[in-house]
Amino acid sequence: MTAVNLRTAYGEALVRLGRKDWRVMALEADLGKSTQSVMFQAEFPDRYFQMGIAEQDMTSTAAGMALAGMIPFVHTFAIFATGRAYDQLRNSICVPNLNVRICGSSAGLSDFGDGKTHQSIEDVALMRAIPHMSVVCPADSIECEKMMECLLDWEGPVYIRINRNDLPFVTPPDEPYHIGKVTQLRDGRHVAIFAAGVMVSIALEAAKTLEAEGISARVVNVSTIKPLDRDAIVRYAAGVEAIVTAEEHSLIGGLGSAVMEALRSVAHAPVEFVGVPDTFGVSAEGYDGLMARYGLTPATVVKTAKALLKRT
Amino acid sequence: MKLEPAERMTVSETTVARVRERARLIRRSALEMIVKAGNGHPGGDMSSADILAALYFGVLRFDPKKPLDPGRDRFVMSKGHCSGAFYSALAMAGFFPEADLASYMKPLSKLNAHPCSAYLPGVETSTGPLGHGMPVAVGMAIAAQIDNAPYRVFVLTGDGEQQEGSNWEAGMTAGHRKLSNLTLIIDRNRLQQGARTEDTVGLEPLADKWRAFGWDVEEIDGHDHAQLLRVLAAPATPRHKPLCVIANTTKGRGVSFMCDQAKWHHGVPDAAQFATAMKELEA
Repeated sequence: MTAVNLRTAYGEALVRLGRKDWRVMALEADLGKSTQSVMFQAEFPDRYFQMGIAEQDMTSTAAGMALAGMIPFVHTFAIFATGRAYDQLRNSICVPNLNVRICGSSAGLSDFGDGKTHQSIEDVALMRAIPHMSVVCPADSIECEKMMECLLDWEGPVYIRINRNDLPFVTPPDEPYHIGKVTQLRDGRHVAIFAAGVMVSIALEAAKTLEAEGISARVVNVSTIKPLDRDAIVRYAAGVEAIVTAEEHSLIGGLGSAVMEALRSVAHAPVEFVGVPDTFGVSAEGYDGLMARYGLTPATVVKTAKALLKRT
Repeated sequence: MKLEPAERMTVSETTVARVRERARLIRRSALEMIVKAGNGHPGGDMSSADILAALYFGVLRFDPKKPLDPGRDRFVMSKGHCSGAFYSALAMAGFFPEADLASYMKPLSKLNAHPCSAYLPGVETSTGPLGHGMPVAVGMAIAAQIDNAPYRVFVLTGDGEQQEGSNWEAGMTAGHRKLSNLTLIIDRNRLQQGARTEDTVGLEPLADKWRAFGWDVEEIDGHDHAQLLRVLAAPATPRHKPLCVIANTTKGRGVSFMCDQAKWHHGVPDAAQFATAMKELEA
């Protein structure tokens, strides 16, 4: 049975990949209990590499293992994976286009307690900008499991954005998945909401509220932020009067920017972004409270859609 | 696949003579490339030429016709800016035609200023940004252990490059894991781009540092071909630690006016200088 908790689902999926393919290796920078790479360690101690608190070293070491034909998964918090080891990701892994999988765990605001130094709200922007890098962000554990299955055959590096919290199931369990897929979870004619990760379930909640107010909302799950299926974005952005993007990320450089890049040469309805303003996070007592602080709520999505539709 | 060209146990006069001649040709080739390209790093090319010659013509087991053969020894050129000498060694070793060297740094040339694995056979991975080669080589050495494969991994860094902390993180990992299949060679020419290493951020006592990190250390004359061959071609098996070879070299070695001059880290000889250099590098 699929775990509700995203990092648990990730850990279990990694073990399944390990059983399926001996090339799967796991590297960890002393956060195994948080990233749940400990599950892999328990079953495959010989293919688990505790690299210590040295994210840069872990990242380049994974490059060396990939050059020898392995599929290394590196694990640490998203902020360290993408920030501390950015140069290693770029130059050791992405320049030679190696099959390394980077698990950015405790992504977004989900490490609510540790504050601004540990919350990653700019990771998608950083990863998206590196040539060869793919960026995926599951909306729930079901999708996370399917994504992981795709990572055995996908050519080139992949950044997987994993939150530490539980997420409601929102994606259809029986539908096949492939990296690059953009899925409409709900159709609507007034507003299209493009969302990623935790914001997908929040967008679906917002759609219900909007429906009660006579506004029909389309909800699109953009779980592959790069390579972005531009045709799908253009298709789902068509025929509505307003477009909203929703992400647990800075308003600069994330999903909203990616959607606008996709729409840049076509006529489209007015667009507004829901995301974290250009600021660092803060320590909080709980995840929901922190999300609310930055307006990452169904109510904000509703308000944003109505404002664009001039239905306030 | 002919994987045993190197006399690993004993260093014969023939091998030493071959390496000496190749080193001379690498120096000449690198200077020709730099003059043609109007760009390059002659100081480091000259200081590392003997190390590269020893590796490609006396130590590494490889088949240039099968550059990705899983059993090959790996060499990571971490000081990727010394591509003039590196490309010359690769071409002479048969990985690509020597005629291609003329395209060095030309637009769209496979011979990028810094080596790119997507472009050229024999380049194990793309290098240039300093401090990347060591941890990548450590990953390769770990992979060899996982696969129980007998190949060895060599990595060449500059000495100034040792200021990058990534070397020391990787050094800790290699020491901790006792990666006896890994050899780090430091081109210890004592000059970095701007000044002497010891006047920039001092490295000494370098050998003691690597020993403290759990490595065996050999300090040699990095221009003595017999010493290079003896130390680098010695079998890894009796050792239980990774090996650091501090190859004491002279920046610009082989060209009198370039010797031990920081200004020749990056630079192009003019016509008269080039003629002088080539004359000095005659057999």
